[in-house]
Amino acid sequence: MSATLAVTLSLWVIAAVLALFAWRKGPEVLSGAARHGVLDFLYLIPRLAIGVIGSGFLAALLPQDVVRSWLGPDSGVTGLLLATLAGALTPGGPVIGFAIGATALKSGAGYLAVMTYVTAWALFAFQRLIVWELPVMPTRVVWLRVAASLPLPILTAWGVMLLTGRG
Amino acid sequence: MSASDPPPQKPRSLIDGSTLFVLALVIAGAVIVFRREGVAGLTHILTEDSILFLDILPKVLAGCLIGAFVAAVLPREFVSRWIGADSGVTGLVIATAVGAIMPGGPFTIYPLAGALLAIGAGVGPAVAFVTSWTLIGLNRAIIWEAPFLGVDFVTTRMIVSLPLPILAGLGAHWLARIVPGGPR
Repeated sequence: MSATLAVTLSLWVIAAVLALFAWRKGPEVLSGAARHGVLDFLYLIPRLAIGVIGSGFLAALLPQDVVRSWLGPDSGVTGLLLATLAGALTPGGPVIGFAIGATALKSGAGYLAVMTYVTAWALFAFQRLIVWELPVMPTRVVWLRVAASLPLPILTAWGVMLLTGRG
Repeated sequence: MSASDPPPQKPRSLIDGSTLFVLALVIAGAVIVFRREGVAGLTHILTEDSILFLDILPKVLAGCLIGAFVAAVLPREFVSRWIGADSGVTGLVIATAVGAIMPGGPFTIYPLAGALLAIGAGVGPAVAFVTSWTLIGLNRAIIWEAPFLGVDFVTTRMIVSLPLPILAGLGAHWLARIVPGGPR
């Protein structure tokens, strides 16, 4: 908890320093930007309320044992593609993907498959995409990002294989 | 539209199709939880996630303000020179470095990336920035990933992921040139 408090504090320190710079450019610059920021915030709230408060229910929708069975010991291309798909289908939020990855590792999933899964979840979790990313980023850039990132989970598995010799 | 035009403002409606889609999934999930665990299961998840929601609100506000202040403070020439569409690999490296050390979570990264795009950042660097936070962001790895998967796993994953934000940025940069409908 203290770690997340430190994050909150450092964010507000950054915001305060930036506010000071904005104020030096003129009080109207500061007030205009503050208004803009608050409007962005208000715009996000209903999405976040649904996406974040609902994330526990989304997790319930995800059959976790099915996902874990997708992360089998198989580290062939099919196994890695399944792991990628599983990552994209896992809801966002800070921990769900890591938690599933950890239990999968303990119940015999392949190391590379879990690497692939965690990376795909970080890149593509559909709920994070809808709730957090699309509201504040240009839609085109979001989809360009997704397209450009498609090979990354498999590249990660390949890199881990080269680095650690695990197959 | 020429490359120097600001990107169009996103159309803003309070609730849009994709949000309704998530809402439908959430309701379906709630029904499943109710049938499996009854009202107690529902209230348990609802309480836990409401606390999470309240906990992130101050961070979300800070993130939105940071995005707005950055857009107001950073000169457009400065942004487009260092992380613009023509900043090349230098821009991708800068964006990757900033994404890796930027504190916070989705509540800072996406508003900031949106703000930078609006004041002259290129698609490639913006994608490198977001990808860097997701794959090699220190704060995320230390606070959330290491407790679950262990330091070895996280370190290995991060070393291997180091070049990936730059690759994603390059890919997005090239795609942005061939996919019509917006700036580079």
